[in-house]
Amino acid sequence: MSFNSFSEFVQMGGHGLFVWTAYGIAIAVLGYNIINPVVMHKRFVKMQKQSHTSANFTTHRGVFIETIKRDLTIAYRNAADLLNPLVFFVIVVSLFPLGIGPSVKILSTIAPGVLWVAALLATLLSIDGLFKGDYDDGSLEQILLSPQPLFLIVVAKVVSHWLVTGFPLTLLSPVLGVMFYLPAEGIWSLVVTLLIGTPLLSLIGSIGAGLTVGLKKGGILISVLILPLYIPVLILGTSAVETTLNGFSNAGQLLWMSALLALGIGLSPLATAASLRVSAAG
Amino acid sequence: MELVAEQLSCERDQRLLFENLDLTVRPGEILRVEGTNGSGKTTLLRILCGLFNHYEGSLIWNQQPMHEVFEEYVAQLVYVGHASGVKSCLTAEENLQWLSALRNDPAETESIWAALSQVGLRGYEDVFCSSMSAGQHKRVNLARLYLTAGSGNLWILDEPFSSIDRGGVANLERLIESHVKADGKVILTSHQPLQVEYRVRSIDLDEKK
Repeated sequence: MSFNSFSEFVQMGGHGLFVWTAYGIAIAVLGYNIINPVVMHKRFVKMQKQSHTSANFTTHRGVFIETIKRDLTIAYRNAADLLNPLVFFVIVVSLFPLGIGPSVKILSTIAPGVLWVAALLATLLSIDGLFKGDYDDGSLEQILLSPQPLFLIVVAKVVSHWLVTGFPLTLLSPVLGVMFYLPAEGIWSLVVTLLIGTPLLSLIGSIGAGLTVGLKKGGILISVLILPLYIPVLILGTSAVETTLNGFSNAGQLLWMSALLALGIGLSPLATAASLRVSAAG
Repeated sequence: MELVAEQLSCERDQRLLFENLDLTVRPGEILRVEGTNGSGKTTLLRILCGLFNHYEGSLIWNQQPMHEVFEEYVAQLVYVGHASGVKSCLTAEENLQWLSALRNDPAETESIWAALSQVGLRGYEDVFCSSMSAGQHKRVNLARLYLTAGSGNLWILDEPFSSIDRGGVANLERLIESHVKADGKVILTSHQPLQVEYRVRSIDLDEKK
């Protein structure tokens, strides 16, 4: 992933416009979400001082950390829900060698696709529950009535979702890669693409989870809504691994995926926050 | 700071719940929303919280349209709804810790324990809410009121007395009393008579059709 000159770095081999726009939007949105609460906070404190009410107001810190802590605790205590996507991932992937036979050539050819599709489906399987529990017991109402930016809480929930699905999937993938006779550089490439790709899957999935949270049977709808958006990630992820296996550099795909991830971090929590408000109002 | 609703109308499933409803809640006031089952009490409270948007009319907080100052509004709002907001795989203390962190006001362990003992859950701090009864879930949720009492906040309480025993109801009534005496604001629905030594204004939704 090297560039000979600065101008080549800016051009990104012709993809510069998209990549830099994606990073630009992500930074702008993140910046707004950091600056806006500070401005609101100042305004609020000023207003409180004017109205001479006893301002029992501490600075907001920690809702991000507290939400991650809470969601991880919940995941840990519901071990079945935690293991479900991981077991699914391992079972689906390990059935392929049994069904196809132990041919080194075939297995190492299909490996990137199988592992990526399984990771994608495992994420899809678990994303349905992202806001469901909170919706059912009323915590979601409290989240929506929090003076904290909803963006921040959504990001915290997506991060904890990734920590209990995408991240362990990524850690498991080298073991399964070995089962498919993937060479070392292929495994390395697979891990890197999953590391960039699975957070993106969680981010995109959260939009669908937010939209369908009010529905009794949202599981199928969520797949229909989300799968088309997953396809670019899947194509980039598998082609990155295949390119490495063919002996070329996968920098192009990785840069595209990173740009998509930046775009996802910036925009998808906004979409999720909006969709949660719509779902709660329905 | 006062909450004003002007000319509120709401229709749900092609049924008119209420029409041209005006209400004002000033510091130190209790407003009781009355009505038969299905008359739209919960819907009205959800509209006042900003959780439900399918209505006509305007909501004004502190002389400004509510949606423009929504973050300031919710910073002063405590909503106790039908759903308890309590996670059963967390302990009472963990639940309150997160709920108070959500409200910009992370509570110390001591104040959480004090609030829990005031709702009659002393000794239940480390008990998983899954092994508590419905009434105890409600009490965990109501402990949030003790954490914010006396701060002049607006409390919107939807059936706060449901599944609470007689002693708990009396305690809650004292709490509401002291909250409004300290310039707090309370809007509530309840099917039971409210026994507080304070003037309670009420609106009847059945008359607003």
